[in-house]
Amino acid sequence: MKSLRVFFLGGLISYRALFSWMTPSIFFLILVVQPVFQILLFAFIGRAANLRSDEFYVVGNAMQYAAVPCLFAMTQTIAGERYQQTLGYILISPAGRLPLFLGRALPVILNGFFTAAFSLLVGGLILGVTFPTSVFAPLAVVVLVSSLSCTGLGLINAGLGLRIRETSVLSNLLVGILLIFCGANVPVASLPDWMARISSWLPLTHAIEAARAVAHGNSITNVQGLLGRELGVGVIYAVAGLAIIRFFETQSRRHASLGIA
Amino acid sequence: MSVLRVVWSGFVMNLKMLGTSSFFLLTSTLQPVIFATIAFYMFKSGGRTGTLLYAALGAGMMGVWSTTLFGSGGMIQWQRWQGTLELGVAAPPSMALVYLPFSLANAFTGMYSLAATLIWGRIVFGVPLHLAHPWLFALALPATVVALGLMGLVLASTFVLYRYANALSNLLEYPVWIASGLVFSTAILPTWTRPISWALPPYWGILALRHAALGGGVWGPLGMLLVLGVASIVISAYTFRLFEHLARARATLSLT
Repeated sequence: MKSLRVFFLGGLISYRALFSWMTPSIFFLILVVQPVFQILLFAFIGRAANLRSDEFYVVGNAMQYAAVPCLFAMTQTIAGERYQQTLGYILISPAGRLPLFLGRALPVILNGFFTAAFSLLVGGLILGVTFPTSVFAPLAVVVLVSSLSCTGLGLINAGLGLRIRETSVLSNLLVGILLIFCGANVPVASLPDWMARISSWLPLTHAIEAARAVAHGNSITNVQGLLGRELGVGVIYAVAGLAIIRFFETQSRRHASLGIA
Repeated sequence: MSVLRVVWSGFVMNLKMLGTSSFFLLTSTLQPVIFATIAFYMFKSGGRTGTLLYAALGAGMMGVWSTTLFGSGGMIQWQRWQGTLELGVAAPPSMALVYLPFSLANAFTGMYSLAATLIWGRIVFGVPLHLAHPWLFALALPATVVALGLMGLVLASTFVLYRYANALSNLLEYPVWIASGLVFSTAILPTWTRPISWALPPYWGILALRHAALGGGVWGPLGMLLVLGVASIVISAYTFRLFEHLARARATLSLT
């Protein structure tokens, strides 16, 4: 019960803290404008490059925008608390680390859902790409799975945030790697072999492939293999992330570097 | 002479300050390299390998615009946080003149982006760096950077009054990349977007750089950069004075 309280209340309070420096209206604008324009940018580059249809970029980038906030949110758990000088209080508390950190990711995952749905709809409308309503439910499942797997990578990012000061740079670097490797804009088959091999071990790759298959009318059972692999990748990252957090937390206490990393 | 001294001192000072920010430096080199890589693979996969220099220039310019935008967006806000905004406002030179060198330094740092994408393209993708008009390229680059810096000054003036403008300015990143046709020709955009493109210095800047590198008329775009630069100076001189007055009247200058 205590863990559930930490999970939900901690997440809610952390989410509400965002509005101490930003009004909800501006937050909303940032949330919806950026992804739509990202879709448009890559769709236009795709047209210029004569590569794939607009649908390819609408689905790929919407999926990416659903999952990427999870990366940033987990890092911000550490960096934000450090900035507010509350990291020490958080880590000294007896609360379990899993509900503590994942609770803060939950509102962001919901944000990701909303952002993906909105950008899929609006980006599609602007570019003249329409999806039958029957694909939205299975797409939501795919988005959920990719958000979970990206949260796993986010945990690693958060752990490294205990050691690295420039967490924003690290997050942007990871997002960039996902953008290049995961097939959001460049088909994985067009990447060099070594990159394609790496991409299959990254979150998002299988989810984007599943989302495109679902958007083409495949049922969720047809893509369950892809979703299983996506979840598996996410679990591996999550376990590694929690281990890294535990390790660097101990190191930070030992070297008294918690607030100055 | 004192005007030149203010510009030079502010420029060097801000360049040093930006040089200490690993976030700013990494963002100005890392992000364009990521976008350049995606663009290279997209053009290569689409069978358009002849356009790789085109893509490298475009991705570099994306970085120049991002750096200008974030630098200008953060400029007033950082001064606020450091408690030096009031000193800048109270200084004898006009506020626009005090912040002009800061904006120019932001845009200058953006040149790292262009260097990064060209070097990355050359080493990793073998992009040929044969410039059709090297001297004109050397002229177009600073002209573009100065014009973007002056546009950044106009944006920065709004941040004197609106503390959320910093967040809103982030929204301008992608739309300006698109409307300026940095990685593709604006001919594929809807025709109603043309006047928007024409009003943007990055549009003329990338045209000047592209034509200097790949061939084409450079003087026309350079002329437009000059016109837009002068317009930015006039607008920013007015908006800085107006917003400074309003911020003083409302006593909101230092509110974060």
